[in-house]
Amino acid sequence: MTVTETPAPRPPATGQWWRRNQMRVAPWLFLAPGIAFFALYVIYPIFQSFNISFYRWDGLGEPVPVGLENYRQLLDDRAFYTSLRNNVKWLLLYLLAIPGGLFIALFLNQQIRGMRLYKSLFFFPFVISQVVVGLVFAWFYNPAIGLFNPLIGLFGVAPMNVLGNPNTVTYGIIAAGLWPQIAYCMILYLTGLNAVDPEQVEAARLDGAKGWKMLWYVILPQLRPATFIAVVVTVIGAMRSFDMISVMTNGGPFGSSRVLAYYMFEVSLSEYGFRMGYGAAIAVVLFLIMMVYIAFFLWRMWREERGY
Amino acid sequence: MQFTFKGAAAALAMSTMLAGTAQAELTGNLRIFFNDQNPAPKAAMEGMVERFQALHPALNIELTLIDREANKTQIRNYLTANAPDVNGWYAGNRMRPFVAAGLFEDVSDLWAGEMGEELASTRPALTLDGKQWGVPYSYYQWGIYYRQDIFEELGLSVPTTWEEEKANCQVILESGRKCYTIGTRFLWTTGGWFDYLNLRTHGYDFHMALTAGEIPWTDDRVRETFAKWRELIDMGAFIDDHTAYTWQEAQPFLVNGEAAAYLMGNFLVAPLREAGLTDDQLGFYQFPEITPGIPMAEDAPTDTLHIPAQAQNKDNARAFLQFVASAENQTIVNEVLGQLPINRNASVADDKFIQAGFEMLSNATGGIAQFFDRDTDAEMAAAGMEGFQEFMVMPDNLDAILQRLESVRQRVTAN
Repeated sequence: MTVTETPAPRPPATGQWWRRNQMRVAPWLFLAPGIAFFALYVIYPIFQSFNISFYRWDGLGEPVPVGLENYRQLLDDRAFYTSLRNNVKWLLLYLLAIPGGLFIALFLNQQIRGMRLYKSLFFFPFVISQVVVGLVFAWFYNPAIGLFNPLIGLFGVAPMNVLGNPNTVTYGIIAAGLWPQIAYCMILYLTGLNAVDPEQVEAARLDGAKGWKMLWYVILPQLRPATFIAVVVTVIGAMRSFDMISVMTNGGPFGSSRVLAYYMFEVSLSEYGFRMGYGAAIAVVLFLIMMVYIAFFLWRMWREERGY
Repeated sequence: MQFTFKGAAAALAMSTMLAGTAQAELTGNLRIFFNDQNPAPKAAMEGMVERFQALHPALNIELTLIDREANKTQIRNYLTANAPDVNGWYAGNRMRPFVAAGLFEDVSDLWAGEMGEELASTRPALTLDGKQWGVPYSYYQWGIYYRQDIFEELGLSVPTTWEEEKANCQVILESGRKCYTIGTRFLWTTGGWFDYLNLRTHGYDFHMALTAGEIPWTDDRVRETFAKWRELIDMGAFIDDHTAYTWQEAQPFLVNGEAAAYLMGNFLVAPLREAGLTDDQLGFYQFPEITPGIPMAEDAPTDTLHIPAQAQNKDNARAFLQFVASAENQTIVNEVLGQLPINRNASVADDKFIQAGFEMLSNATGGIAQFFDRDTDAEMAAAGMEGFQEFMVMPDNLDAILQRLESVRQRVTAN
């Protein structure tokens, strides 16, 4: 701690300086711990990753500089493209959580005895850990003991090995991920619906709006802040879809359910990994993809702050 | 988990001291990181430490037990910072990254004497660059565990050739069962099948050259191995949906009699006994001969102890490794572990499967392999086992799989 940080009254010289600059310095003092840790644990590692991605390094010996070799390898790495494709699938299908959450919220937004109980039941999947959700779904899909095959058998569908089939595995995991994500979006919309102005609804009803029209032109515009947050958390959730994959399939069968984040972990930190440079290269690519989205997000925030 | 044995072993010390040892009295510290927390290995290690403590009452021994999987990543940290005096790891190529980085102590001096002769069977597995880097305390056999009662019911006898194996399998399939259970979700189980098919088709030397990266994966001989594998796949010999199961989840198929056999390591016996199979129901046989005349080689993964290069008390650690290697200790430890001692003067537990394994490995004239993921480079192992799993599901992809493995091999050997 420096002298400037000690509270006011004691020595007159610094005291005067403090009094003069208090308003300007105080916010920075409050921000200082946050900025320091953010710089140390977020900003610095980003540049470190960029740097490591130009080396071949097993985490033990001396790093060997290889230039762009890691990126060249990425270009003809089948696993990389599979992961990238799966990331896109996650991103698109995960967005289904938003309409899903909205409709459950609309459904639950009524005055009935015991509604709180129903609401909490619907919210329940979000409360339990992703790891537990993954485990439960893995058992559910298990072709030997799971309930999934008897269930689809009722509709005359032949038994499936959802998590063991490269064509279905990613969808199976996304479905499991949607379960808690829908609950999350539902809660966002439920709070949003509380803030919907009843007078506007009343006015719209007098003008003859109902059903879809009412929803689209009157309710949804008022839910815009909730929708915005729902999109943000869902996109982030889709991008960091790591734990479910790790618990349910370990990226298998033969790598068909990997996403970039998981592949990065596998290459650099798993039992057979420790190709730090290659892992860092994947991380850089993932970072650049995320950057597009984050930039858009920041730009929008900034625009809204300016009051457009 | 940490234990100090000094006090607990004091009483024991008096009795064993009478037996007398040639070794000088040890003082100071000995820190041991052991890589298994499961009940049997834990008991074995604690027993080992307790007996060593009894020999050296003035020594301050500290034992830390680390989870088997967690150790695989933690070892990188503790070898480079705050190293213990002894740590647990595996033989074969799995040691290479640490040997190459200068993190393991060269213990060739221990192997130079009588101890080296007693442990001769695993000397190649502990040797890299002409030096020895650790001491083995236990190993276990791989082979085919099968339902004797089902074989009897179908009138089958234990096969010794590939043709007999397939003929048996045909009968088993016709009885409405699968020949082999397997769970490939964690990939490594496929390595056992590849190892055995390759060892039996082309022999030990070819297998070791291939796993060492000296032979291209696109070689015709590799294709011949896969062709043998494909014969079983095309018959439908393996259980369906094996990609969804772990090796434990594949056990019920054998226990319920839906599959007749399981290619696995001897650690399979304990859970199967627990699940209710008696020794009359469960049998063991050696993986049958494929190419006639090739000496039988076996997979026998070896568990080892090493001295980190940065250890503080290397003299104490050396004395401990010598103690670990002794015939008497290996007899006791492997009795507890339910595995095989490596010291040729040690005696083997009175157990059907351990006896069978001991006999098989004593006659393994072809050689002893560690296991696919311990004989190959780590990156090659991951790519290889992923390829095996894909092959088991989509055998038509073989060309693409081999191309991919070959490009990994070229990159690994170029580094």
